[in-house]
Amino acid sequence: MGRFVVRRLVGMVVVMFAVSVLTFLIFNVIPNGDPADRMAGKNSTPAQIAAIEREWGFDEPLYEQYLTTMEKVASGDLISYANQTNVVEEIKRGLPRTFALAIGAALLWFAMGTALGLYTAVRAGRWTDTLVTVLALIGISMPVFWLGALASYYLGFKAGLFPNGGYSEIGQAGVWEWVKHMILPWAVLATLFIGVYSRVLRANVLDTLNEDYVRTARAKGLTERRVMVHHVLRNSLIPIVTLWGLDFGMVLGGGAILTETVFDLQGVGQYFAESVGQLDVPPVLAVTLFGAFFIVLLNTLVDIAYAALDPRIRLSS
Amino acid sequence: MSSSHSELLLDVQDLGVSFATPEGIVQAVDAVSLTLHAGEVLAVVGESGSGKSVTAMTLMGLTRSPNARIAGSAKLRDLDLLTAGAAELRAVRGEEIAMIFQDPMTSLNPVHRIGRQIVEQIQAHRDVCGKEARDLVVAQLERVGIPQARERLDAYPHELSGGMRQRVMIALALSCDPSVLIADEPTTALDVTIQAQILEVLSQLRKESNAGIVLVTHDLGVVAEIADRIAVMYAGRIVEQGSAGEIFYDPQHPYTWGLLGSIARVDRPRPRRLPSITGLPPSLLHPPQGCHFRPRCPHAHEACLATPALVARVPGAHDHADRCVMAPGRKAKLRQVGGQIGLEARGAWR
Repeated sequence: MGRFVVRRLVGMVVVMFAVSVLTFLIFNVIPNGDPADRMAGKNSTPAQIAAIEREWGFDEPLYEQYLTTMEKVASGDLISYANQTNVVEEIKRGLPRTFALAIGAALLWFAMGTALGLYTAVRAGRWTDTLVTVLALIGISMPVFWLGALASYYLGFKAGLFPNGGYSEIGQAGVWEWVKHMILPWAVLATLFIGVYSRVLRANVLDTLNEDYVRTARAKGLTERRVMVHHVLRNSLIPIVTLWGLDFGMVLGGGAILTETVFDLQGVGQYFAESVGQLDVPPVLAVTLFGAFFIVLLNTLVDIAYAALDPRIRLSS
Repeated sequence: MSSSHSELLLDVQDLGVSFATPEGIVQAVDAVSLTLHAGEVLAVVGESGSGKSVTAMTLMGLTRSPNARIAGSAKLRDLDLLTAGAAELRAVRGEEIAMIFQDPMTSLNPVHRIGRQIVEQIQAHRDVCGKEARDLVVAQLERVGIPQARERLDAYPHELSGGMRQRVMIALALSCDPSVLIADEPTTALDVTIQAQILEVLSQLRKESNAGIVLVTHDLGVVAEIADRIAVMYAGRIVEQGSAGEIFYDPQHPYTWGLLGSIARVDRPRPRRLPSITGLPPSLLHPPQGCHFRPRCPHAHEACLATPALVARVPGAHDHADRCVMAPGRKAKLRQVGGQIGLEARGAWR
């Protein structure tokens, strides 16, 4: 276990190094991506551009620039090229918003996906199964930007049930305001995942129902409920937990860009999207590293959870 | 062991199980009648697809396919297992009637410790606390010959060998002292030395607890070891039943002859080729008219086109019944092949 964690930590450093180098290189070869040129504005003279290049160090070799940038990431002094704000401060500001969205939505889609998956598996072949299956497929097929815009327009703007986007700090307007602002983003982000998870769990449960040990459980005289929860669901959930950990890591790391943008939550994902639009290398690099960190972290946690859920799996191998 | 004086535990009458498939109706079990008394081992013998496992599963209420149609009655004392409600069935499963499954590798839940899996059954039927239940489990595990039983409580199934797992399955089945134990090919997945040990455990238990055991198997060696009575199944029907002695030394049905003739025996000269019954078992989708064994039977004739009844045909032996219409005297002559019981290998009449 100890060795496993150490190896994963080393792996994490390697992954983050590779990700940062790639991101840095990509944004330096993109056409029209020259930062000095963009910072100087449309009507700039070559002398002004040269001055900016000297001031920001763009005239140095790429690896020098990379090292300086990474140093700044580590010390927290990283400054955006586009608006000269502190990138780490910006991420810190977006962090609670992204976390609120990710944690709430992930819990929602796990609970709903599991409940619907189990329900449809138990009802397999009946009309309720068909109905939920159709709904799940509709949920999977609806793009977030479309569903989010519809929900925001009809439930927020027209019906006035929810605020029209934005984020409300718990400390400022209270928990209820915060919840009201988060309900639509949670629901919209969770919809796709609920659809996917319920389908995967349904298939897993139907497979598990055919296992010999489920027959044994029935032969023991256990109640159907106990058979379903302790024997069928317990085993069917193992792959779902894996999936959940990976998706949760992605959303935590700012992956819910569309949801954050549609509802104007001003989270890390939205910050990332805006920075990419401006070809602003420092925030893009920092958020990419931030995302990579959570994805690798959740990957490791998933492996640990896997070993805990399935005793046949050993972490050392 | 005399069966007539001990308590009648299980009384199966005209059990039929059929499955609706896209190709048509498959009659997997056809008019099977069986009785089991306390302290008795009844062996249900037959090849794959003969309906013996379906019979066993149906008695446990485990034939749960929506396409299955079940007919007849199967009384466990006063409760008809075929019509019992879910709660009634649950109350007897594991408590009154328990089952050992064929494959110990897959029949235990891989993610739960074995102690917990047995405790779960005890607590489903008895009002005992966790510690008491664990003590009961330790006693059961020791009884089936598992060393260091207390430490093994916390083992996961994959940490045990196949033989050990089957012992755990037996301990599980016996943990509530059931009066009927159904063992569905309990030794098939195990190697021969372990088989003998498991059979030893089973016959020990029969003596100690006076439970009735239904042993479903295709292995006549196993049957010879511990069975009191034998029912031979072929293509969904019982073709012959009687005491172990009657079946082994006075078999009446040609299929039984073929089965007995195909055993390799160490006390006889080794044949050049092991004898087998020519042909294949019939498809239950389109079973042959009349006697199901007719297409493979070298002694078949016109009379076999009518479905023969399972009746006692041997004079003086009331419990020995078979489904072959030939006269017992003629059977005694025909079943002698090369100085021992067997089935001639010539082509069948059609």
